[in-house]
Amino acid sequence: MSAGIDLDNVCCDFGKFRAVDHVNVNIQPGEFFSFLGPSGCGKTTILRMISGFTEPTEGVIRIGGKDVRGQRPNQRPTALIFQNLALFPLMPIWENIAFGLEVRGVPKAKRRERAEELLALVDLHDSADKMVSQLSGGQKQRVAIARALAVEPAVMLLDEPLSALDLKLRQHMRAELRAIQKRTGVTFIYITHDQGEALAMSDRVGVMSQGRLQQVANPRDIYNNPVNGFVASFVGENNIFAGDVQNAADGMASFATSTGTFRARLPGAAGKLYVRPEHMILQSTPGAENSVPVTLTEVAFEGNFISVHAVTDSGKTMVAELRNDGSATIPAAGTQMHMAFDARNAAILPDSATAGA
Amino acid sequence: MNDLLRRYGKGLTWTFIGLTFFWLIILVVLPDFKLLESSFRPYLPVTEVGGPKDVYSFGNYLQIFGNEVDFNFFGLHFPLAARIKVFVLTIFYSGVVTLITFILAYPLSFYLAKVVSPKSLPTLFLLLFVPLWVSEVLRSFAWYIILTLKGPLNVFLMTIGVISKEIRWIDGYSPVVVTLVYAYVLFMLFPLYNAMQSLDSNQIEAADDLGAPWWRIHWRVILPHAKPGIASGAVMVFMLSAGSLLVPAIINSTTGNWFTQTIQGIMLEGQDWNAGAAFAFMLLLFCTIAVSVAMRVFRVSLSDIAK
Amino acid sequence: MQINRKFLGHLYMVLFLVYLLVPLAVMSGAAFNASKLPTVIPWKGWTDQWFIALYHDNRIWVAVRNTVLVAIAVVIIAVPVGAAGAILVNSISGRVRAVLYGMMVAPILVPGVVIGISTLLFWHQFSVGSGLHLSVLGQVSYIASFVMLLVLARLQSFDQGLEEAALDLGASHGQVMRRILLPHLYPALGAGAAISFFQSIENFNVTLFTRGGADTLTVYVFSKVRSGITPTINALALLLIMVTLVLAVIYEINRRNKARLEAAREAEGRRAEDAEMVAS
Repeated sequence: MSAGIDLDNVCCDFGKFRAVDHVNVNIQPGEFFSFLGPSGCGKTTILRMISGFTEPTEGVIRIGGKDVRGQRPNQRPTALIFQNLALFPLMPIWENIAFGLEVRGVPKAKRRERAEELLALVDLHDSADKMVSQLSGGQKQRVAIARALAVEPAVMLLDEPLSALDLKLRQHMRAELRAIQKRTGVTFIYITHDQGEALAMSDRVGVMSQGRLQQVANPRDIYNNPVNGFVASFVGENNIFAGDVQNAADGMASFATSTGTFRARLPGAAGKLYVRPEHMILQSTPGAENSVPVTLTEVAFEGNFISVHAVTDSGKTMVAELRNDGSATIPAAGTQMHMAFDARNAAILPDSATAGA
Repeated sequence: MNDLLRRYGKGLTWTFIGLTFFWLIILVVLPDFKLLESSFRPYLPVTEVGGPKDVYSFGNYLQIFGNEVDFNFFGLHFPLAARIKVFVLTIFYSGVVTLITFILAYPLSFYLAKVVSPKSLPTLFLLLFVPLWVSEVLRSFAWYIILTLKGPLNVFLMTIGVISKEIRWIDGYSPVVVTLVYAYVLFMLFPLYNAMQSLDSNQIEAADDLGAPWWRIHWRVILPHAKPGIASGAVMVFMLSAGSLLVPAIINSTTGNWFTQTIQGIMLEGQDWNAGAAFAFMLLLFCTIAVSVAMRVFRVSLSDIAK
Repeated sequence: MQINRKFLGHLYMVLFLVYLLVPLAVMSGAAFNASKLPTVIPWKGWTDQWFIALYHDNRIWVAVRNTVLVAIAVVIIAVPVGAAGAILVNSISGRVRAVLYGMMVAPILVPGVVIGISTLLFWHQFSVGSGLHLSVLGQVSYIASFVMLLVLARLQSFDQGLEEAALDLGASHGQVMRRILLPHLYPALGAGAAISFFQSIENFNVTLFTRGGADTLTVYVFSKVRSGITPTINALALLLIMVTLVLAVIYEINRRNKARLEAAREAEGRRAEDAEMVAS
């Protein structure tokens, strides 16, 4: 009952503005797929095109192998969970959940029964006759999911549904959403600008910028092997060095910067050098390679890690994050030390996917 | 349009458009065009309608001239056509009504918005609404009773010895103005209250704290903030007063004629519908101009007034 | 000084209420005075004769019936027309919206005399004679504006996402209308119907020119004032005041109960929220 989705060269224009630009992706049946990107990157437009509220200007959308162009939202096997949930405030909870069945002409007793089942599935017992305003944020979230599940959709579309919740609750709901998805086996397409959410829940993540899909990969690869600077920056922090590639061979290269020459991976086109702060090593003696003498300027204890800001002799600021294992001594600001990194943890990446690439 | 179709589908969208068309075109626009068209036609016996004499002219409009009477305006005497005199006085006294309702309603709306405790507001509003629940014809009738020669006001004043002989209150324009003020003061009060209520009380306290005297706070802080409410209330009261037929007709002061009564005379007693149309159109034209001028002066839009 | 000014405010409020209510009291009181003229002073003793006279006055009851019939007809036409106008204005934008909105609001400011005469003339050319049916059409032309404003205000608090959610769940446009939009608009439609009803009962100007020979209450009272009054009118006025007051109080109690219920629900929602924060 769950279906895959193919986006085939999909474009969407609003007047002269191209919101979605030649997007190609195949989402597998039963997959939890996230579109991740900053606001205005076109991810919500993709969701509205899949659900049928917006038509693509170019390209084909297939759900379960069938071209759905021209089908209205109420004819597609999709269910959308809105950012603000859009629960019907004037109906009790069970009528909210059974609304999709009601409009399909299912008799009342049957609807009620199905609503109770779904309430049990999302762990909300005894709430059938309450009104929406009587529920907490997390409970409303579950009602919205139950309502979408009631129509037995092949695909669930979720538009940043956790953004209105508190941080703690949000983390709790991530696990819950993931569990419900596994339990029901429905394809989930999830839209978010929060990289933590996308990485934690998804089977695969598609990172978007300015209407273009930058990279599609599993969360590990997105974080560890970003294909370009945009992806690297959007899913985490980086120390970035500008410079020139020298002696490229076997996917590795030397990279000459104003701070020094470093060894790093070169997976594709040349660009800038990116190193994540947690891959920086802080030591009192110089390392064998990729090592720079620095003066610590700021040391902040953040609980589970220690954030260290330092400046090189040439004036470049560098950031390292050290894991707090409970025994490490915390260096003081002003100390002279060396920052180094492993060549395998550094990559030379182009800025972002260029048009027509 | 596309948005409409997407949201409501074909059937509903055309239903909405059809109903709105019926309202705005059949009930509002076309009748007003007919009014304008009729106003240029002469008054003819039924058999001659559509005949050679049925040609467009300004004849009906010219009827407003003629029958000159003495016009005494604040001591200035000059001759003026009787109907123009009624027109001018109607507008003038409608202005007076508007001013008096403003003076009466301003302190009260400030009191309701900023002084009284919010707990007693619902009860106060329920009491204030009572006259609105009572028909305008009955409210006018109440004042007619009060002001008649043998009415309670004269009896009361004579009993406490303020006057020794009954006063003819129903004379000239004053009784009409008094009754109009009573009938429409609430239409000034509510927009004023709404405007003042949205003013942040901290602004008043800040001004007070800076040492501004109370009248200056009103002049510099509260009055400017309440401007849209003033505009709304003033336009409402002025239009209702100038267009009122019920109040002047019930009070029926023979020396205090209203322009609407002139129109009523032509239409129902004279049965000259075309001349009535011409006079009604003059009133409509004047009202349109008055509203536009008020909107310009107060720099407000129609949607502010409609609140 | 501060206390003083506050006291002046209370005093003014009381005086204003006295000003508003005394004329109504005078008028109501006259209904019980044995005097042939409608007045309270001089008091010539209690009587219920005016209520008995009212009961036997057939013309009044015909006028009451006409008034109610006209008002019901106005409600039936003005509410859907005004609501349709509001929905239309709410879902378009730009210049067309501004023009439409202006056309919908303007009738409120047009003098009733003008509406009455133009309605009469317009329908007369199609050989539709004057009568209460024309009064209904004339009244609808401006009463629909009030409905439009009320519904438009309510629409502005409507989350368009609810319509999309319902469509997404498979509802047809008609089902969205019936189950989602209309229930949201019910309070405004109810208020619109009430205002339409009372505005129609109140109406004098439009009715006077379009009514033909038929009486409505306002026209009847008006003609009575002209042709010599007895306190029968006062008896009628008192009854009308009582009826409207009772309705107003019922409405207010009802509104407060609903508000209390909703407040209780929201409080429960907040408690659930707090509990969740502790649990998660």
